[in-house]
Amino acid sequence: MQKVYLDNAATTRMHDEVLAAMQPYLTNVYGNPSSIHSFGREARKAVEEAREKTAAALGGEPREIIFTSGATEANNVAIRGVARALQQKGRHIITTAVEHHAVLDACKALEAEGFKVTVLPVDAYGMVSPRDVADAITDETILVSVMLANNEVGTVMPVAEIGKICRERGVVFHTDAVQAIGVLPVNVDDLQVDLLSLSAHKFHGPKGVGALYVRKGTKLKVFSFGGAQERKLRPGTENVAGIVGLGKAIELAVTDMEAKVSRIKAMRDKLMTGLLSIPHTRLNGHPEKRLPGYVNISFQYVEGESMILSLDLKGIAVSSGSACTSGSLDPSHVLMAMGLDHQTAHGSLRLTLSAYNTEEEIDYVLSVMPEIVARLRAMSPVYPGKD
Amino acid sequence: MYSEKVMDHFMNPRNVGEIENADGIGEVGNMKCGDIMRIYLKVSDQEVIEDIKFRTFGCGAAIATSSAITEMVKGKTLAEAWEISNKQVAEELGGLPESKMHCSNLAADALKRAIEDYRSRKAQQEA
Ligand SMILES: Cc1ncc(COP(=O)(O)O)c(C=O)c1O
Ligand code: FES
Repeated sequence: MQKVYLDNAATTRMHDEVLAAMQPYLTNVYGNPSSIHSFGREARKAVEEAREKTAAALGGEPREIIFTSGATEANNVAIRGVARALQQKGRHIITTAVEHHAVLDACKALEAEGFKVTVLPVDAYGMVSPRDVADAITDETILVSVMLANNEVGTVMPVAEIGKICRERGVVFHTDAVQAIGVLPVNVDDLQVDLLSLSAHKFHGPKGVGALYVRKGTKLKVFSFGGAQERKLRPGTENVAGIVGLGKAIELAVTDMEAKVSRIKAMRDKLMTGLLSIPHTRLNGHPEKRLPGYVNISFQYVEGESMILSLDLKGIAVSSGSACTSGSLDPSHVLMAMGLDHQTAHGSLRLTLSAYNTEEEIDYVLSVMPEIVARLRAMSPVYPGKD
Repeated sequence: MYSEKVMDHFMNPRNVGEIENADGIGEVGNMKCGDIMRIYLKVSDQEVIEDIKFRTFGCGAAIATSSAITEMVKGKTLAEAWEISNKQVAEELGGLPESKMHCSNLAADALKRAIEDYRSRKAQQEA
């Protein structure tokens, strides 16, 4: 059976060159980067080269890069680190309703510890308004965290504008840039961010490794204790092979980005147009300010998990914001924040592309989808009838 | 995540549809996740379920449990059908993931509502 992977927002296939770059560090180059002998020095050199590549890709300096176990850890180190470091100055944090749980729940945990958290609303496209950010900042505000691009609907936030506001008001600004690496230009100076999180497996690198960009002079308080690695912000022996993989992956991600993106966009638009030609469908997320590989569509009168299962039987991998797929039985907090009703969120499907997809795959998906939707609608008690 | 039996009922659901002039209709909305299931009954004078159909707006487990329950109670008396528990439906399907047990409640509840509907219509006729 043909297999089509359209869940690149969840994770991506690792690039062959990334694996090749990592391989020596999983076998014969096994020194601990903290050791001073030749084995250690060789590993140290590889880690520092990866740091340089990561910094170069983001427009920062190598010493501003902290390697972590992923974006979850990077977000936690950033948010909790700033909160702890600046709590004498104030205890107010601003974020948005559509952030990843790694950000929202880190903020919630701080709220339980007595910090004040403002969760800004978004519009129907999932966009936050820079004005709302400006209006929410008070003398007490120590941190603003707004994601660069949303991981469910792909809406690209006005991060540079928000960065400018934060800088003018002297507030530390963090962005979760996980979904943007390799598909949007990500430059820490253009975006005017102080902290930026990323995760290697979202751009064809290995899982379990990420990075936090920390602008020089940004104060973070350590909350995990041990060795002196990663400026003590992330103590523990480095994941050398993973870090090498991240370095290679980010280098590849920003190479020929425009050509890759235009190919992905062309496939995405074909997929989107095709799916929207099925009756009773609507696009979720911003029509233009959206990541190139993202299609999030609601199919009225059908439930997402039943579509996922049907597509899976055809070899096609996608995801949904339906309550039935969430484990918690709550619909996606992103779709809810955008004001979708429960039923529309129920029928949402997220299809996310990468450079590994082909036009033939898109044709295949478009050839099976109408039948799947029709079959499920015929079973649905809420479907009003024939198209 | 789902057993083969669940997937079979999901892909080849038994008794999908509506019954015109049904003797009893039961609808439940899943309070937990917002799904909807409707069951139609055709009942004989001896209170035997002669025909049963369903429509479900929900996940794979919801569709499979709906399908399974219709198969389990077709030809049974209303008294027998009333006794079917969601646990039995789940067992019939070779088990359900823990997070999906509530979907089998949906099917058992819709069936009970349909039986109640039949009984209240009958009571009205007799009154
Ligand atoms: C926007 C965003 N932030 C953070 C994460 C967490 O990344 P990881 O699971 O690699 O730590 C993800 C991945 O799902 C994401 O999409
Ligand atoms: S119907 Fe929603 S989880 Fe089963």
